[in-house]
Amino acid sequence: MKTGAAILIESLKEEGVEIIFGYPGGAVLPIYDELYDAELTHILVRHEQAAVHAADGYARASGRVGVCLSTSGPGACNLISGIATANMDSVPIVALTGQVPTGMLGNDAFQESDITGITLPITKHNYLVKDARDIKMTVKAAFYIAGTGRNGPVLIDLPKDVLTAKVAEEDVISGEPELRGYKPTLKGHSKQIKKALDLIYKAEKPVLYVGGGVIAAGASEELVKLAELFCLPVTTTLMGLGAIPADHPLNLGMLGMHGTEYANYAVSETDLLIAVGSRFDDRVTGKLSHFAPHAKIIHIDIDPAEIGKNVNPDVPIVGDAKSVLADMICLAEKNGCISEPWLEQVKSWRKNHPLRVVEDGKVHPQNIIRKLSELLDGGGIIVSEVGQNQMWAAQHYGFKKPRQWISSGGLGTMGYGFPAAIGAWFAKPEEPIVLIAGDGSFQMNIQELATVAQYKIPVKIVILNNMYLGMVRQWQELFYDRRYSYTELPPVDFVGIAKAYGIEGMRVDSVDQIDTALKTALTYDGPYLLDFQIEREENVFPMVPAGAAISDMIGKHNHNGGSGP
Amino acid sequence: MKQHIISVLVENKAGVLARVSGLFSRRGFNIESLAVGTCETPGMSRITIVVIGNDMHIEQVKKQLNKLIDVIKITDITEKEHVERELALIKVHAEPGLQRSEVMQVADIFRAKIIDVGAQTLVLETTGDPEKIFALESLLRPYGVLELVRTGRVALQRGGPGPASRQ
Repeated sequence: MKTGAAILIESLKEEGVEIIFGYPGGAVLPIYDELYDAELTHILVRHEQAAVHAADGYARASGRVGVCLSTSGPGACNLISGIATANMDSVPIVALTGQVPTGMLGNDAFQESDITGITLPITKHNYLVKDARDIKMTVKAAFYIAGTGRNGPVLIDLPKDVLTAKVAEEDVISGEPELRGYKPTLKGHSKQIKKALDLIYKAEKPVLYVGGGVIAAGASEELVKLAELFCLPVTTTLMGLGAIPADHPLNLGMLGMHGTEYANYAVSETDLLIAVGSRFDDRVTGKLSHFAPHAKIIHIDIDPAEIGKNVNPDVPIVGDAKSVLADMICLAEKNGCISEPWLEQVKSWRKNHPLRVVEDGKVHPQNIIRKLSELLDGGGIIVSEVGQNQMWAAQHYGFKKPRQWISSGGLGTMGYGFPAAIGAWFAKPEEPIVLIAGDGSFQMNIQELATVAQYKIPVKIVILNNMYLGMVRQWQELFYDRRYSYTELPPVDFVGIAKAYGIEGMRVDSVDQIDTALKTALTYDGPYLLDFQIEREENVFPMVPAGAAISDMIGKHNHNGGSGP
Repeated sequence: MKQHIISVLVENKAGVLARVSGLFSRRGFNIESLAVGTCETPGMSRITIVVIGNDMHIEQVKKQLNKLIDVIKITDITEKEHVERELALIKVHAEPGLQRSEVMQVADIFRAKIIDVGAQTLVLETTGDPEKIFALESLLRPYGVLELVRTGRVALQRGGPGPASRQ
């Protein structure tokens, strides 16, 4: 006879789970009792939100399913923004929550919340297990659903009596879960792929527009190969950074609201937009009717619901990015650069409208990111918070590989980065881990300094401190007459706080300290916090105002006085 | 904007109706009517949803429904030859005497059954398409319709095998 909790741990191990991020509580006592001597690492975070973000960071860095665990009621509710984050960015996680005993369900019992009801719209699927015999099969189905097709979060709610119930070995339901309604399409239709290739042969100004789907599918190699086969310029979304090396001659960097001028010009002028694993999000497209207005569109996505959601493509292809791109390369009957004049045009935009970098003796955040990129040679795992810090990191770090950049895209969750960095380190302990944070977002999960100290996680915390909620302040400056309503933050002694947790740190006030400070942190054996006092009213430019066409940027930078199209 | 009848074959599991109906409200689609019940295959249910929207909206609704793990198959019946029916129960004020016999005549013309006779009321059962039910209701209104309940529309494709057996 085995308890439900024991079956749960066994099932997790069968799925290859090595690590769980969690926080104990009454309803999950039976699970924690099993964890006491289980061969499974459990990381104790300091807030359930950190557990789910850490599981998410682990999943993004490793490509495997991340697991978090919380108790019922408040514990489960604290997972919500993290589950929604994973859902928006298609990250495979399994969230385990405790629940009141089945007999008390719906009774407003102590620490009861209807977490399957609450998470219905923000999970790929969820389960309430009412019989201990079903635990094994449910875990199996949850991992399968989370990690296949368009990845996403799955929640399993486990009432306490189900966890304590004793089940005979032969009564445990096992085997392959029957999921009649879940059959993801992986292979693209070859007729559609040929149609897409025909459009590519005929295109004069093609652009590849690449999103997180390419990273999730592990399709970077195929992407670069296809781009090189036809000399297709590549622009990536925030989620797609790292799909093509930053210094690749065909890479145009990020597009959209804070994209590069040259990427946005290229998309505005292109006659063939090839979208791969991207979803025409409003932060990418700006005013939809002015997005790629001259282009025929090929849309490759694993999720059929993304096709035609925002934009009606000329050639839709449903399938896994890796498989579809590989088939495109395989079926291509021509190759070679088909667009020399276009490449020249793109090159000249790039030359004349680079990202703005100012060297005037002041502490500019862009220079900090660039220096960091130089010191790490574009390597390591860079995790960001949300806001200006995120955009500066996205614009200026020279990512080389996929899964190097970990950031909350769709939901834009402040407080995501720090716990996600913890999770990412457990996935790739051999890689340097750097968190780029703002003083606002860092304070949203600052309690995780305790976790970092406890497990000696050598994350390097780079705070770009402007004593503002910088991105909101930027919008107030530009669109609300500089009325800085509740966006100014009082100074905080972050180094002092870090020290209180036993973590080393340094405050940086001047430009000549940047280099030494970063080197000190990167070579230090253990966690290290750097509190950079940056130019307070520095803005993220270029910027496409909300609802404008993406060619209509403000804060443009004309290197040679040249102008855009 | 067009009316669509969408037939959704689902796993007969707890919460599946909430998943389906929640999806409609979340994405801003109004359900005109919804009927649910078990179907020919044990373990499955069929939900018939009537929804109004333009082609792009309906396409999106169908794709989003398809993403639900518990949804097995979706058929937009509107595009196919089909039969549709709805059942209504109408409690109408009918004093004994002339009024009552008039109501009974109306029922007779519409082939509605009288399934309950009260001291001052009759309950009529009628089956048909929405227009027929509307017409009957309009004719009964002058007598006083006290209560009315409708099942919501159910529909099946004409001829051929059904969606479940095509799996």
